[in-house]
Amino acid sequence: MTNRVKKIVALQRSPTMSNTVLKITNVNKSFGGLLALNNINLEIERGTVHAIIGPNGAGKSTLLNVCIGLLTPDTGEVIFNGGEKIIGKKPHEINQIGLTRVFQTPEIFPDLTLLENVMLPALSKRDGSYKLSIFKQMSSETEIESQAIDALKTIGMDDRSSDVIAANLSRGDKRRLELAMCLVQKPELLLLDEPTAGMARHDTNQTIELLKQIKQGGMTKIIIEHDMHVVFSVADKISVLARGAIIATGTPDEIRANPLVKEAYLGGAEL
Amino acid sequence: MNIFSKKSTPRLMLLFSIGVLTMPIWLDPIGASYPDLLQKFVIFGIFAIGYNILFGLTGYLSFGHAVFLGVGSYTAVWSFKLLTMNVIPAIIFSTIMAGLIAAAIGYVSLRRSGIYFSILTLAFAQMFYNLAYSVLTPITNGETGLQLTMHDPRIIDNALSRTVETGLPSTDLFGISMNGYSGFYFCAVMLIIAFYIYLKIFNSPFGMKLKGIKSNQKRMKYIGSDTRPYLIAAFVISGMFAGLAGSLMAVTDPLAGAERMQWTASGEVILMTILGGVGTVFGPLLGVGIIKYLENIFSAINESVLHNFFSFMPQWGENSLVAITAPFVGEGWHLTLGLLFMLIVIFLPGGVMEGFQKIKSRFFDKQSKEDSSASKESNNV
Amino acid sequence: MDAVLIQLLNGLDKGAAYALIALGLTLVFGTLGVVNFAHGALFLIGAFCAVTFQKIVTISKKVLDPNITYFDAYIEQPYLEIWFGETGLAIIDYAVPLSLFLAIPVMLLVGLAMERGLIQFFYKRTHAEQILVTFGLAIVLQEIIRHFFGANPIPTPAPDIVSGSAPIGSWIGLGESFVYPWWRLIYLVSSVAIISSVFAFLNMTTFGMVVRAGMTNRQMVGFLGINIQRKFTIIFALAAVVAGIAGVMYAPILPPDYHLGMDFLVISFVIVVVGGMGSLRGAVAAGFLLGVLQSLAAMTAVNAILPGISQIVIYLVAVVVLLTRPRGLMGRKGVMDE
Repeated sequence: MTNRVKKIVALQRSPTMSNTVLKITNVNKSFGGLLALNNINLEIERGTVHAIIGPNGAGKSTLLNVCIGLLTPDTGEVIFNGGEKIIGKKPHEINQIGLTRVFQTPEIFPDLTLLENVMLPALSKRDGSYKLSIFKQMSSETEIESQAIDALKTIGMDDRSSDVIAANLSRGDKRRLELAMCLVQKPELLLLDEPTAGMARHDTNQTIELLKQIKQGGMTKIIIEHDMHVVFSVADKISVLARGAIIATGTPDEIRANPLVKEAYLGGAEL
Repeated sequence: MNIFSKKSTPRLMLLFSIGVLTMPIWLDPIGASYPDLLQKFVIFGIFAIGYNILFGLTGYLSFGHAVFLGVGSYTAVWSFKLLTMNVIPAIIFSTIMAGLIAAAIGYVSLRRSGIYFSILTLAFAQMFYNLAYSVLTPITNGETGLQLTMHDPRIIDNALSRTVETGLPSTDLFGISMNGYSGFYFCAVMLIIAFYIYLKIFNSPFGMKLKGIKSNQKRMKYIGSDTRPYLIAAFVISGMFAGLAGSLMAVTDPLAGAERMQWTASGEVILMTILGGVGTVFGPLLGVGIIKYLENIFSAINESVLHNFFSFMPQWGENSLVAITAPFVGEGWHLTLGLLFMLIVIFLPGGVMEGFQKIKSRFFDKQSKEDSSASKESNNV
Repeated sequence: MDAVLIQLLNGLDKGAAYALIALGLTLVFGTLGVVNFAHGALFLIGAFCAVTFQKIVTISKKVLDPNITYFDAYIEQPYLEIWFGETGLAIIDYAVPLSLFLAIPVMLLVGLAMERGLIQFFYKRTHAEQILVTFGLAIVLQEIIRHFFGANPIPTPAPDIVSGSAPIGSWIGLGESFVYPWWRLIYLVSSVAIISSVFAFLNMTTFGMVVRAGMTNRQMVGFLGINIQRKFTIIFALAAVVAGIAGVMYAPILPPDYHLGMDFLVISFVIVVVGGMGSLRGAVAAGFLLGVLQSLAAMTAVNAILPGISQIVIYLVAVVVLLTRPRGLMGRKGVMDE
């Protein structure tokens, strides 16, 4: 059994299986004189799609980077699944415990084929952060291959010849591929950083459909988004960030009705 | 993608082994079948495929691999001097020693990536060259190079009474002297074994992860792979291949010199790998074959040969043609090599293998043309 | 104490050469983003401009030796002496400094040709490919020099008047016996002058300002509508000239041979990295520092404790710096951060 499976089993056996996937406590972060994050406290509930919105410069990306372990805050903690500290861990360690992320510009393996792109994350999940497997051959990795094909099916790309080189894909397709790469690892928490940034309407809709579809058993998602259409289509919970602080958290309806939120968006564009 | 990827490994290995072991036969028509040159082909072949594991798969450009070549040579010669002229201990110790040094250099150099990494390996190469040339002279014998002498202890050999009456003994494999063709066959067997390991690595999950590192190192980390141990492993493995090659150089000619460790010597293997096709399975071997064969021809040409060649022309024509071509042959081989290198990097960075692919797709692959135009259409939706 | 001072001066000398080469490298890397492994070859070409000029002015013909009367003996007499007598001899004597008049246009041309003919096509390609193609070019240039000039070092002496030593001791009150070769002093002074003019140029002219802006943010400068392309060419040519002049002046100190370029190249890159890639001041500082370090490490006193340290001290320092302070001594944030 891999470490991750052991942890999940252990958590399920424990009497207080936490409903909180990610707990952010008292996080502050300054860059020079600028206070980018101001006393952030947030709990992300298991199984929800939690959107973080806010005007430009509010600190959304900074918050995401803290959650993923890229940035170390000046104060505060980020706890995963009630036990794992995020801060101070390296990117690969954070992935191995069950968090994965999608980047603003899709980060895929451009010179590899579609299938290889999805097989790598599956391999990585199975092998852990390092495994010197020289004599095993890829041609015998049928289990990994079928996992990859399943993931490609989920995002609707299994009709393509899996020999297509990833660099030749459109941006929308690259984004879908990236999602497949995350999904194949069956993560507990998926962070999406402006997943529809720079996309045309058609691609955006496709992405929304995809996000709605992939309600995999228990997977939690945190989405940073600008596009309100996307947010209100997929989010279960929304947190609004303005000038580094959370000014409101609630269901989409609650947020829509909240006057503070309207104000934060400079005179209140229609939400 | 590799046109040979569909073949199963045993079949490929069989074909490869036959091809290598029969080299004296099929290289004869082009005048490349004498032992010296054949040995060079297989020894540099080992060096190049090992180098490809690092540069081809991960994209990390190291200028320091000549160091491991040198370490392999020196260790082998010391094994001959101290223990026995039998080649087996020599190549084992060399490979291990090169691996250890590669681990040390790799551990430090791989703390950085890209150009910083390359310059670090450059610095290490110069450092080791200088160490070998003038600092560690008790071990390396500096400028003169390390050689066999009559007074070598050769403990094991003397204990087993394997001595010679006069002169220096030659390296041997349990009694078979490693000169000439037998030397070649031994090295060829080593190449076959090395190639088997190399092929396995290429097609293994490990190999695929290395390709992932080259393609997008950031993404590799974010899918949960710790890239550093993979890089160090690739570095050490390629260093060991180089060490083996270095030891085989000493097996066929028991002499080790500092110039083998200069960073410009690393340049030669880089050139071979790139010329053949970096990152492909057969590219490096192709590159070795082409370069060593051309070197053999070009270095041997001198003015009189050129005059003979152009003798069908009138005197003024002959003289001017000789004057034009003379700088590129004989000692001028390096000039030709440099120009060739530049041309490849500028116009065909994927090397000869890329050239093959282009020719193949233009003339033979109507099917792939239709596929690619179809997928292009769907991209534009 | 004297020994240390002499080594210090020696080190500053060598360090000046390093600094000049590193300066050019950093300029090219910082503005164009190109790693140029052929930069050492530029130093080499400069040195061989001096050699060529010297060869030209000493073209001689066989002339009857007036000193031997009982049979016909011939000696070589330079044409310049035959035609211009004393002046001719003076020109030959001052061959090295005069060769600058040849070197500067040559280096400008070479720099322009290199940038327009090769480098500009590699702006968008990976650093690895830049390294490889310029490495190839360096080999080609080196082999061309070897073809025309042979494999042996060619002595190119400094003018007679400065071939002796300067009584530095008396100048700074350290006793009459402390001397240092004139030419090496001149080298040091002229190097500092060149470095200062480059910095002055960058800091006080509009062109320089654009260059410095380009070094921090190349894209932005392009968006501002400034034709950065032509400026790149000029910068490259400038770097070539600086390296070339450094080569010319160094010729009397170290008789040039065809692998001079490669010898200096590795150290130059090590220095650029130690100083901090993208930092001009860092490159210069590191150049002088490492030159001095290498010289001090060559002292007999030091060698007694750590034999051979002078050969490897630069590389050891580079390794340590790269590991502990990855940005180099003065590197700026954002340049090649990993």
